[in-house]
Amino acid sequence: MLHDELVRILHIDLTAGETRVEERTDLFQDYMGGTGVAMRLLDELVHDDRDPLDPVQPVIMAIGPLTTIFPVVTKAVATFRSPLTGEYGESHAGGQFAAALRYAGYDVLVLTGAAERLVYLMIDGESIEIRPADALVGMDVVETGRVIRDRIEGAGHRSIVRIGPAGEVRPGRAGIRYANVNVDTFRHFGRLGLGAVLGSKNLKAMAVIGRQHLDLPKDSRLYKKTYAEVYDRVLHTDAMKKYHELGTPANVFPLNELGALPTYNLRQGFFGEADQISGEAFAENELITKRACAGCQIGCIHVALYRRPFAPGWEYESTLVAYDHELVYAVGSLLGVGDRPDVLRLIEDIDKAGMDTISCGTALAWATEAMERGIIQPTQFDGIDLRWGDAERYAQGIAAIVRGEAEVARWLGQGEVQAARHYGGLEFVAAVGGQGISGYWTGYAHVLGHLLGARHSHLDNGGYAIDQKLEPYTDEAIIDGIIADEAERIVQTSTAICLFARGVYDLETISQALGSVGIQRSRGQLQAMGERIYWERVRLRERLGFQAQLSDVPRRFFETPTPRGQLDPQRVAHMLKIYQARRAAAPAQ
Amino acid sequence: MPKILTAPRMARCIGCDSCMLACARMIYRSISPHKSAIQIRSRGGVMGRLVADICTACAEPVPCVEVCPTEALTTRVGSRGMVYRKAECISCHKCVEACPVQVIGWDQEEDKPIVCLFCGQCARFCPHDCLEMVEVE
Repeated sequence: MLHDELVRILHIDLTAGETRVEERTDLFQDYMGGTGVAMRLLDELVHDDRDPLDPVQPVIMAIGPLTTIFPVVTKAVATFRSPLTGEYGESHAGGQFAAALRYAGYDVLVLTGAAERLVYLMIDGESIEIRPADALVGMDVVETGRVIRDRIEGAGHRSIVRIGPAGEVRPGRAGIRYANVNVDTFRHFGRLGLGAVLGSKNLKAMAVIGRQHLDLPKDSRLYKKTYAEVYDRVLHTDAMKKYHELGTPANVFPLNELGALPTYNLRQGFFGEADQISGEAFAENELITKRACAGCQIGCIHVALYRRPFAPGWEYESTLVAYDHELVYAVGSLLGVGDRPDVLRLIEDIDKAGMDTISCGTALAWATEAMERGIIQPTQFDGIDLRWGDAERYAQGIAAIVRGEAEVARWLGQGEVQAARHYGGLEFVAAVGGQGISGYWTGYAHVLGHLLGARHSHLDNGGYAIDQKLEPYTDEAIIDGIIADEAERIVQTSTAICLFARGVYDLETISQALGSVGIQRSRGQLQAMGERIYWERVRLRERLGFQAQLSDVPRRFFETPTPRGQLDPQRVAHMLKIYQARRAAAPAQ
Repeated sequence: MPKILTAPRMARCIGCDSCMLACARMIYRSISPHKSAIQIRSRGGVMGRLVADICTACAEPVPCVEVCPTEALTTRVGSRGMVYRKAECISCHKCVEACPVQVIGWDQEEDKPIVCLFCGQCARFCPHDCLEMVEVE
């Protein structure tokens, strides 16, 4: 994939303990890398008649043609069948992983099967070892990273990808359905439960070490010049300023001013204590450093010092916690927690256990309201009586979910949608399409974006931005905006660019960057590729069970006002009809 | 006035690898960050601090120059540090062993040392101004 159109795939069969390298010449032209290739390979390998946690299911992780060799091209794209939704799963992670794969000499990893006992993989270029991980059973993600890091010798680019106790299979139950995968401590394959999939394969971790020397592109002058131009736009224009300065939590305060910050399980769009948990407040009080993924000069990872007393006599302990808007929303406003150290505590607890913070937050928010209404009882949840704003009880609740002993804890480990199907209360889940929503409450495009987006995520399309900017705000324009935005993002994620750099990497810039490394693609060809992959991904999602239907939108969504007013179910139904018409008119495969 | 590379503000480093990629790309004709005369590494894992392994540009007598059996490494006129002439190098590894701060790397493909040329490309591509080229007598 580097300087040529060959895709080099490392297959690892954990059942047989065998590995092989496959070189494909038929993928790059139509799918390039990242999202495109990972989606296509999932289409080939997924079993649509088997459970997401069946060992036969594949996990695919792909990088792109520009990975690490252009600024902010830092992502690996994972595809899998989601144990949370049962549908298509796609999740992206930064950190050092994409770079380590590049220098290890692989474009794609494909994991299938399941080891008999818990293991970890050591991928050091051509040398691949499957090592026992019995000593790592139940270990949190921070300690797991340290133990493995201490066992890596020598130079080279390294990455350690691991799951926490939440993802591991234990007697009588699978991993938590929104367990995530931690990448190099501060980044994650966050959403849709990839951690539980790795857990179902008995795979605790993978260490990837890349030591290869890779030549400059043939036209090295053009490459250096193009790199410097992109670099200067990344650093010296406003395109990425937001991520560089306050980071994503810059959103907290302005969203709250708009009435678009989901609060108290989405009963309202504003939080009285938002000024306490804003990006500004964290930056002024707790921010101690910023970190970057390999090859990104922005450094959006905002790291806070979480300091707390543990005994009289001025005894303090401290840890470092990375925070982002979605996390601050999910354990802050959504749970009514307005104290910053409390927010950091909950983020840390969820993260160390290896869970998606958004999904854990939406599960706890649903459970709090369900307890208020008497639908579930503290006696079913290890005696924990959840209360808005009470971080101590939420911390106990998180631990209970990870233990998975109490009845309610086990249901919450399946996600709030499954829990509500069992106990009742589906009308007030803060979730669309089986997954908890991200931290925006801006209007129709946000809700439709989540419902129609491939990952049921705010990352698929800028629905929240369409809500804030689009005029005239018509049903057709909203649906077309969502589709066009997602198709463009597919081009960016198929080159494995971080979406935070989407303001820098428009299609013209991607075309130039590819050209400078010898890959000729016009702007129009890229656009056509994005649209083709978009509809192909829709067809794959449908094969795995996705349906765009009004019944996936809870009644709560039509009760809580947005900045675009109270949402009308008939208008959402009309937009879904428009979407179906676009789907019917889409080119067949 | 000749300059040497310094890393006075590493507390600001975000670990982006941009300096290493710049040295590899601009000088060592590679896109691999290990092919760079500056190496950033974390001490104590990612939670620890980031440090820069760079040539400290020794004053005379310069240890790597002293052990060089050819004229590949010579003292820089009017400055600290050394000048490297690849054509004269016989790949004996003596400079690597002699370096008191162990920052001379080895280019396996070229079978030659990776040494700092004091060109400042790494500092040019540092987004946080951690690195600085400083004039020395």
